[in-house]
Amino acid sequence: MQVEKFYYDNKIVKAFGIATIIFGIVGMLAGLWAAIQIYYPAISLNLAPTTFGRLRPLHTNAIIFAFVGNASFAGIYYSLQRLLKARMFSDKLSWIHFWGWQLIIAAAAITLLLGITTGKEYAELEWPIDIAITLVWVIFGINMFGTIIKRREKHLYVAIWFYIATWVTVAMLHIVNSIEIPVSFLKSYSWYAGVQDALVQWWYGHNAVAFFLTTPVLGLMYYFLPKAANRPVYSYRLSIIHFWALIFIYIWAGPHHLLYTALPDWAQSLGTVFSIMLIAPSWGGMLNGLFTLRGAWDKVREDPVLKFMVVAVTCYGMSTLEGPLLSLKNENAISHFSDWTIAHVHIGGLGWNGFIAFAILYYMIPKNVGH
Amino acid sequence: MSVILILLIASISVAGIFLFAFLWGTKTGQFEDDISPASRILFDDKPAQPKPNNK
Repeated sequence: MQVEKFYYDNKIVKAFGIATIIFGIVGMLAGLWAAIQIYYPAISLNLAPTTFGRLRPLHTNAIIFAFVGNASFAGIYYSLQRLLKARMFSDKLSWIHFWGWQLIIAAAAITLLLGITTGKEYAELEWPIDIAITLVWVIFGINMFGTIIKRREKHLYVAIWFYIATWVTVAMLHIVNSIEIPVSFLKSYSWYAGVQDALVQWWYGHNAVAFFLTTPVLGLMYYFLPKAANRPVYSYRLSIIHFWALIFIYIWAGPHHLLYTALPDWAQSLGTVFSIMLIAPSWGGMLNGLFTLRGAWDKVREDPVLKFMVVAVTCYGMSTLEGPLLSLKNENAISHFSDWTIAHVHIGGLGWNGFIAFAILYYMIPKNVGH
Repeated sequence: MSVILILLIASISVAGIFLFAFLWGTKTGQFEDDISPASRILFDDKPAQPKPNNK
């Protein structure tokens, strides 16, 4: 019997990895620049493109979609092939995905600095770019599901479930939230109006956090943390429960962004209830990650990958406890419109997503570049 | 709040897709073994050695 021979595509991983580093630097500098303006407004240089109002969406978009997005894609392209024991479905689709995504980022940077925006948070990009995002997302989907179909390993590891959930849910969120009526090439109005628009916006916005910044990164955690520690995840059963609990609960938590607004009271409370329910699976996931290192803490002392992982997983636990607490109305009355909210998003965005990105880069680059 | 209807339809249909995926996974035994998958990922095949250039 002939032994089948095939090769993983590491070039695409490298490309997404380089993009992650570049946009990590760009996105964080934009954030720093915007932050300095809060105490030293003159640093806006008195130019419209570099005022706080334009740098802030540039910062959030660059971090979410360019930095964490590219890091997730790098990690997914690396781990998916190895978990499924198959090369990506189509190299051509991989590269269309890569360059398409980078072009979208470039278009986003230009339009946001020019002040072209829909005004929807984390969905500021105008309708032609929205369509481009949809097309590139579909290409990514075909490539991922094609690889899953032609896999050599029958069992789907839990990370793959997280990747699938990411793709399906982000597709739906992006389409529903981006329904808009174009009036010119670069101007459109949302199909929804008033508080209805706000509800759709935060249903999207919160689930962007859930399914663009959390589920893919959890998939990465469940692959790269055991690999870096070289021991199996603490409880595979818990990881499965973690996954299915998140999938069925996360989608209903959005209204907690609209406390004390014109949104009906029952909808606000519903958002809070589901937010509190999320503590259990989230902490299950955090403990699952940390317990994986039991008996391996000596490795944490030496290995930068594990150091980054420990901070990341701890920040995941902290932000998923703080988030539900901030969604309580009495608590939110104090914290809303304060810097606490910004600090909260940075525990998640930098502490959790950023440090996982650093960890997987430290893990993959020596394997990918060396020899 | 008629928009809630749209969000409910979208959210519940996605939940339906996942319910279907969950039932499929359970039926085909994806969740039966909760020990070996965790260890299996730790083993990678070695990259094939490049052929010597002496032919």
